[in-house]
Amino acid sequence: MKVKMLSRNPDSYVRETKLDLQRVPRNYDPTLHPFEVPREYVRALNATKLERVFAKPFLASLDGHRDGVSCLAKHPKSLATVLSGACDGEVRIWNLTKRKCIRMIQAHEGFVRGICTRFCGTSFFTVGDDKTVKQWKMDGPSYGEEEEPLHTILGKTVYTGIDHHWKEAVFATCGQQVDIWDEQRTSPICSMTWGFDSISSVKFNPIETFLLGSCASDRNIVLYDMRQATPLKKVILDMRTNTICWNPMEAFIFTAANEDYNLYTFDMRALDTPVMIHMDHVSAVLDVDYSPTGKDFVSASFDKSIRIFPVDKSRSREVYHTKRMQHVICVKWTSDSKYIMCGSDEMNIRLWKANASEKLGVLTSREKAATDYNQRLKEKFQHHPHIKRISRHRHLPKSIYSQIQEQRIMKEARRRKELNRIKHSKPGSVQRVSEKKKRVVAVVK
Amino acid sequence: METVPKLGNNVPPKKDKLQGKKKKPRRYWEEETTQTAAGASPGPPRKRKRNRELRPQKPKNTHSTKKSRISKKPQVPKKPRERRSPGPQRSLSGAQDPFTGPAPVPVEVVQKFCRIDKSKKLPRSETKIRSRLEAAEAQEEEISVKAARSELLLAEEPGFLEGEDGEDTAKIRQADIVEAVDIASAAKHFDLNLRQFGPYRLNYSRTGRHLAFGGRRGHVAALDWVTKKLMCEINVMEAVRDIRFLHSEALLAVAQNRWLHIYDNQGIELHCIRRCDRITQLEFLPFHFLLATASETGFLTYLDVSVGKIVAALNARAGRLNIMTQNPYNAVIHLGHSNGTVSLWSPAMKEPLAKILCHRGGVRAVAVDSTGTHMATSGLDHQLKIFDLRGTFQPLSARTLPQGAGHLAFSQRGLLAAGTGDVVNIWAGQGKASPPSLEQPYLTHRLSGHVHGLQFCPFEDVLGVGHSGGITSMLVPGAAEPNFDGLESNPYRSRKQRQEWEVKALLEKVPAELICLDPRALAEVDVISLEQEEKERLERLGYNPDTKPPFQPKPKQKGRSSTASLVKRKRKVMDEEHRDKVRQSLEQQPQKQEKAKPTGARPSALDRFVR
Repeated sequence: MKVKMLSRNPDSYVRETKLDLQRVPRNYDPTLHPFEVPREYVRALNATKLERVFAKPFLASLDGHRDGVSCLAKHPKSLATVLSGACDGEVRIWNLTKRKCIRMIQAHEGFVRGICTRFCGTSFFTVGDDKTVKQWKMDGPSYGEEEEPLHTILGKTVYTGIDHHWKEAVFATCGQQVDIWDEQRTSPICSMTWGFDSISSVKFNPIETFLLGSCASDRNIVLYDMRQATPLKKVILDMRTNTICWNPMEAFIFTAANEDYNLYTFDMRALDTPVMIHMDHVSAVLDVDYSPTGKDFVSASFDKSIRIFPVDKSRSREVYHTKRMQHVICVKWTSDSKYIMCGSDEMNIRLWKANASEKLGVLTSREKAATDYNQRLKEKFQHHPHIKRISRHRHLPKSIYSQIQEQRIMKEARRRKELNRIKHSKPGSVQRVSEKKKRVVAVVK
Repeated sequence: METVPKLGNNVPPKKDKLQGKKKKPRRYWEEETTQTAAGASPGPPRKRKRNRELRPQKPKNTHSTKKSRISKKPQVPKKPRERRSPGPQRSLSGAQDPFTGPAPVPVEVVQKFCRIDKSKKLPRSETKIRSRLEAAEAQEEEISVKAARSELLLAEEPGFLEGEDGEDTAKIRQADIVEAVDIASAAKHFDLNLRQFGPYRLNYSRTGRHLAFGGRRGHVAALDWVTKKLMCEINVMEAVRDIRFLHSEALLAVAQNRWLHIYDNQGIELHCIRRCDRITQLEFLPFHFLLATASETGFLTYLDVSVGKIVAALNARAGRLNIMTQNPYNAVIHLGHSNGTVSLWSPAMKEPLAKILCHRGGVRAVAVDSTGTHMATSGLDHQLKIFDLRGTFQPLSARTLPQGAGHLAFSQRGLLAAGTGDVVNIWAGQGKASPPSLEQPYLTHRLSGHVHGLQFCPFEDVLGVGHSGGITSMLVPGAAEPNFDGLESNPYRSRKQRQEWEVKALLEKVPAELICLDPRALAEVDVISLEQEEKERLERLGYNPDTKPPFQPKPKQKGRSSTASLVKRKRKVMDEEHRDKVRQSLEQQPQKQEKAKPTGARPSALDRFVR
């Protein structure tokens, strides 16, 4: 007879002293872990609920401006520094870690229309209603010195926007035409027009740095190449575009914030259909900014809210609003992709977390592992109806909520009418046009 | 009893000779003598198992070592590979690495961890979804290979009992086993002589560390049976029908003559649940925190012990219920009835999930194994049957016992114990997932009284038997899973660890509604609601947005875009599409015809001669 009994030595399973860690032997045999799927589902459900519990995105409000904030700019080298221009011509520089204003300049008479920093971070440019472009030093004046711009350029018309080249000492302004300036000269290198209209914003492409995009009030978006003196092509939409923003990771993708409550992501190689229509706002979209990862962007709207969209989704994943925040005019995603700043009509700049339920500060390795695990679980079970309902739930102010209902009814009515029209006319005489194609009026080259 | 077949044990000597002929490169540490020894010793089989090992990256032109690294046999020095990759990988010292690439993993072990059914093809879907599915599948495979690798770290090996040639293990007495094993194991065999409090029911806690038993005459006790430390001992002054630990050893449910009572580990009565009355059997579902009770009145009641609410009370409509067991794989309750059927219940349904006709005459006992694939039943017809629970519910094997078994229990490694009168028989199979073969018992033991309760102790090679003479703890080598998971149920856990585990377990309490026959159903695609959604969408939109729009020829260069040519091009495409359709339907037709032939022709009497 040969016999062996299962006999464990307790010493190999129990810790020796109280100072040791407990011994936890593992066995991954599936029969020892029954109900794997239901248990993971419950964990995912708990993680989703906790995410909603911890979703407290609002961090701080920077007050001090004496008029609505009209433009914001990030510092290219320092994460903590933010510049803002107000409707009374005042420019303020803020320190985000201290949440304090560190410098203020009376830059213009009337609005500060645009503000941008130089790529090296030593100076910044502002344009205003007083038909001037001013360059300022980033550091304040030393003791006894007067607050004065480095350069001032007096133009003939009002400038409505400005953007600096990402690598060279060149900047572009817009107004009645798009002007490209050398920093050393007082007259533009070249100015480009396509029709007569007021251009509201101009943006340099961060990757293909010679490309520019601009949008004008005659509903078009025009693309330029700095190396040639004429514009490349333009696309005309249903309604006016307020700003565009280039994707910092994909050179040919940009997103346009439109007056018709939607945002349009275009591939500049094929402008006849937008890649994606992002709809959720219930009023005109005023500003848009990409996250440095190029995967999400944030939009500011006249409906007193900001929304975060994934680039490849047509619906927003997040909406931020507070009782006191009025029409949001400008928005920026910080360069560490963790925070969002928005400037609004009621003179405040607000700081938000980009990921609403994220824990700030240093995480221990176990915390990090737990959040990673929960994230994976949430992804795995995201389509289950119960989990989906919880993760999608957002509280909305009553005005936005009722607007959404109203617009849903209107959209439904339009769709019904179209269906009826097709039903009651000769087959083939009325063509069904896809929603994406409908919005683009024409592409001109 | 060695149940798990090991790789590379028996090798035909032919292949060895073949290998002997080839010239082998020597390992740098090998002496001449060991080399010859390796040549003479039975090497691992070569050809047969070549494609049975998974290696994440297969370097070309290299032979894989054919022996499982996991087998714990003392390994003779293996032969290095015959051929090498073109660029010899040499280290600084000039020595060659004899084991290039990742270590091989035996397929059988990987299979154990694989959750994806590879026989099913991926559904036809969009490329984006398909690529995502493929990525998930690849990831799953990688995980199972990694888990299989971690088998190497398991510390313990299962026990076994083997007779000398021709010796029947069933003839081996407990006393012989006790004599042969070490002192610690011998101490696990004991008899509690408790004659005056009648037949006993017993229950081990989930970690296998604690034992509770209750006698018909009201004697209830709980003890740490390994150290033999008594936790509590009381007399409830009422008949005890059944006893069961709740999620931890701190709580104890006792089905008494009238009502269900819950005690703590010091014997203090915490609750008396009057809504559960005249209970005959108890089962605890640990992951759902449900206490299932079967009553004399014919009700199956689920009590949620974490909140103290009754989740469901199901009327089985089959009279008195006194045979109940749970399926540990999917938490379905099996009830045995006097008409020979076994019905399967979930709290989510008012009706049974399935009814299986098992015996002529009433069912006496039911047990389900830990993998949830086999159910053993015994009936008044003295039959012991084993059923397959995967889909078909067909009997796999049956055997007539002289007296018929009154109590059945499965062990963690698939051993089946049956109590017939005052004898306990145990049958063994080939490993965990295979049914026990009922030909010859593995062990038998005669007790001092009639069997009233049976349970294998989790994680110990011990079978607890409650009988009219008290409690007997039998040694059954090879019954239990040798390696426990410390985070799931740890026999050596401290108080803090238990508390931590309790909180975690409560946080991930599975809702009672999720109990169904297939516990993995939640991870699969809900096809029914998907189709429903699709249908609703079609209705809402009024057209199918996924259909291809009719072909519209593009206007060509100047002069070539006449109306006639446009129409011609359009017709060309349409004809092509039509031809494709016809071709497809023609391909399908022959199959249809073959099927239709016998029914289509008029049957004639001469048909029987046609071959």
